[in-house]
Amino acid sequence: MSSLTQTASMPEKHYLNNGTTLKSWLLTVDHKRIALLYLFSVLVMFSIGGIFAILIRLELLTPQADMVTPDVYNRLFTLHGVIMILFFLIPAIPGTLGNFLVPIMVGAKDLAFPKINLLSWYVFNAGVILAVAALVLGGVDTGWTFYTPFSTTFSNSNVILAGLGAFMAGFASILTGLNFLVTIHRMRAPGMTWFRLPLYIWSHYATSIIMILGTPVLAIAIVLIAVERGLGVGIFDPNIGGDPLLFQHLFWFYSHPAVYVMILPAMGIISEIIAAFSRQRIFGYHFVAFSSMAIAILGFLVWGHHLYVSSQSVYASIVFSVLTMLVAVPSAVKMFNWSATLFKGSISFDTPMLYAFGFFGLFTIGGLTGIFCATLGLDVHIHDTYFIVAHFHYVMVGGTVMAFFGGLHYWWPKMTGRMYPEMLARIAAIATFIGFNTTFFPQFLLGYLGMPRRYAVYPPEFQFLNICSTLGATILSVGAALPLFYLAWSFKYGRKAGDNPWGATGLEWETTSPPPTFNFDETPVVDRDPYDYAHLYGQQES
Amino acid sequence: MGQHILPVRTYLLVFGSLMVLTVLTVAAAFAHFAHPWDDVVALSIAITKATLVILFFMHVKYSTRLTSFVIVSAFVWLAILVGITAIDFAARAEQTTEQPMSVVPLEMRAIGDEPAEH
Amino acid sequence: MSHAQPGLAHHFDSYEQQKESSSLGMWIFLAQEIMFFGGLFTAYLVYRYLHSDAFAVGSSLLDIKLGCFNTVVLIGSSLTMAMAVRAAQTGKKQQIVTYLILTLVLGGVFLGVKTVEYGAKWEHHLVPGDNFHADVAEPGHVQLFFVLYFIMTGMHALHMIIGMAILLYMIWRAKQGAYTPENHNYVEGFGLYWHFVDIIWIFLFPLLYLLGAGGVGA
Repeated sequence: MSSLTQTASMPEKHYLNNGTTLKSWLLTVDHKRIALLYLFSVLVMFSIGGIFAILIRLELLTPQADMVTPDVYNRLFTLHGVIMILFFLIPAIPGTLGNFLVPIMVGAKDLAFPKINLLSWYVFNAGVILAVAALVLGGVDTGWTFYTPFSTTFSNSNVILAGLGAFMAGFASILTGLNFLVTIHRMRAPGMTWFRLPLYIWSHYATSIIMILGTPVLAIAIVLIAVERGLGVGIFDPNIGGDPLLFQHLFWFYSHPAVYVMILPAMGIISEIIAAFSRQRIFGYHFVAFSSMAIAILGFLVWGHHLYVSSQSVYASIVFSVLTMLVAVPSAVKMFNWSATLFKGSISFDTPMLYAFGFFGLFTIGGLTGIFCATLGLDVHIHDTYFIVAHFHYVMVGGTVMAFFGGLHYWWPKMTGRMYPEMLARIAAIATFIGFNTTFFPQFLLGYLGMPRRYAVYPPEFQFLNICSTLGATILSVGAALPLFYLAWSFKYGRKAGDNPWGATGLEWETTSPPPTFNFDETPVVDRDPYDYAHLYGQQES
Repeated sequence: MGQHILPVRTYLLVFGSLMVLTVLTVAAAFAHFAHPWDDVVALSIAITKATLVILFFMHVKYSTRLTSFVIVSAFVWLAILVGITAIDFAARAEQTTEQPMSVVPLEMRAIGDEPAEH
Repeated sequence: MSHAQPGLAHHFDSYEQQKESSSLGMWIFLAQEIMFFGGLFTAYLVYRYLHSDAFAVGSSLLDIKLGCFNTVVLIGSSLTMAMAVRAAQTGKKQQIVTYLILTLVLGGVFLGVKTVEYGAKWEHHLVPGDNFHADVAEPGHVQLFFVLYFIMTGMHALHMIIGMAILLYMIWRAKQGAYTPENHNYVEGFGLYWHFVDIIWIFLFPLLYLLGAGGVGA
């Protein structure tokens, strides 16, 4: 029963007012408070990364490098990439919504290792400080991919600082993943069997596996770069028998699965939202759960598709191309299952659902264009063009960012006890969708026509599409920035939401909004399937 | 699940075996087996030693299946990293450089230029 | 809601759950450590495949006797660490302290020998960088071997140093009687870490030291 239909209330004591000093926040071990600490950090980084994006789009209004020099432009897109990928997309959902919800959804009082959870936030911020230091001291110009030998031998920018920042952010994600895996294995409430878990948990489980097995390889790649650059000893230097491709293999072994770290939690959010706002159980629950695992595993086998034109052996490229086609299948399975969930559902268009619909269309385009990129022959043509840029923004922004905002709105009443302003939120969601497409669809065309990425100058015939793209970026910034304002406003002035404003299933909706510090007044006992909307409706009738 | 307390004798036996295997691996190195058998022998001995440490010193023989699964997964993943990377380096030798892939000279021109006249 | 059981964290329901969580957590941490060192092993295997002769030459310039001695020392420290865990399981407080101290001492011996080795490498101009010099056909490739030698053994040594710092803390805590048969997760968990560091060396030793044993190309 939705609590929005009754007079909603907030409990007297809950996790937000259980201690109000700065120390009680900075030394908290409560996973919900740590989630909010993470939310603050990632939104700051999102804003900084966004500013770089705006600067890039402003420069690209004209074909010449007239706003910034090419050298400065190199630093703009490098920092945009480093910050958005390593300091926003990877930690955002697991660090905020994951930290908040994983213990509650499994019925536990906290994560398995609360102090390590806090440590992960501090390690993350150490990375933030290093990255910001690199920025302030002049930036990095190697591209977020840090390819050798430019990064190790020829670049005059703060490569090691940025690399260490990335190392720290990565280590924070390893600690988070470790915590989630142990929590999901060992701390489920009585009756919470594996197939009664919400699909959100399955997706975080799969994400955590990737974090554990992939991130360390990035860490060692960064260490090797730091040694080669800092000590002047060649490791990837052909002059002494080294191979720059070895770096690329180590780098992409992590960085490809990293994109699944970015999308799997987003898919978890979509499962929850689609179920709640069509009031149906997710069609093919087992398929969706196993698809998450399949994406995590298959995602580790495809990294070489980033090396097609780097002089990787053609035979290896063929193998990678076939495997990359395979990894699209489980994602498609999920899309079909979500569509089937909508069928004959009772659909409402609240803001979270708007974001979910946005995800649907945009992730489809992003995913399908991924098949283009996976095709060996075609990729030779579109590699390092704006086609690739458009592809990954469709999946990362159209996918992850849409889902992140959708999830933020969906669980905002649970986290704060208050509702956000619905009309304004819908406008923001629609503006984001329109702005996003206007920004990035022209980039598919630009890329296919031959405009290369990472260049401040371009042939004049591309200007029109670039102007369209920048116009879109303006709309997108408004759409993305609006929530930051009204969500902050709603903390104090939003309407009280009550325990279950959406009438949704899940253990998180069976406790108060905001929850007490230890999540539940009594340890829950689980005796029914997830997304048991039919049962809920049955109760309402009687 | 009670804890398994191994007798001291077990630990000493394992230690003794590890010493023997260490001597064996040094001896094998000096024996100069033909390549690649020298690598096979060295790796086999190292894996045996690691297995003994894992099973007995780290108590995995008496731990849950989940524990074994975690260890096996990690080594499988390492095999993926090494194995698939190796495909690239090994297969490069297959690509002959004697015959260039394209015999027709490419015309390099900027977008917007007039086509070259023939 | 409050637990009358000492050493049981508030979010766990039983010592059993706490112990199993602690163990699983350490194993997952070790899994990522395997991938961390795995990246280095990948680099080593790739370059060894590409430059096998030079790698054999480089390997022959290492001191097998010291490497062998260190292997024995480190495996010995694994034995003493396993005994320390056993002492914690059986509640023998003084034995825990003794075995932890022995582990620390053996670890120190290992690092001492490595320091001697590193010093010798510097003397013989085998440290990569400006000082490197090798009278061989492909000095560059031999330098590559030594780059990997120093990074791999250096990373291993760093893990040992961290381990020894933790050992110091644990010896202090053990003296305070912090480790009981019901709750000694710290000792078990650290034991797993220490054995892992031993296993890394079990692979490093043959790969680095025994390649060019008894003469190169024989």
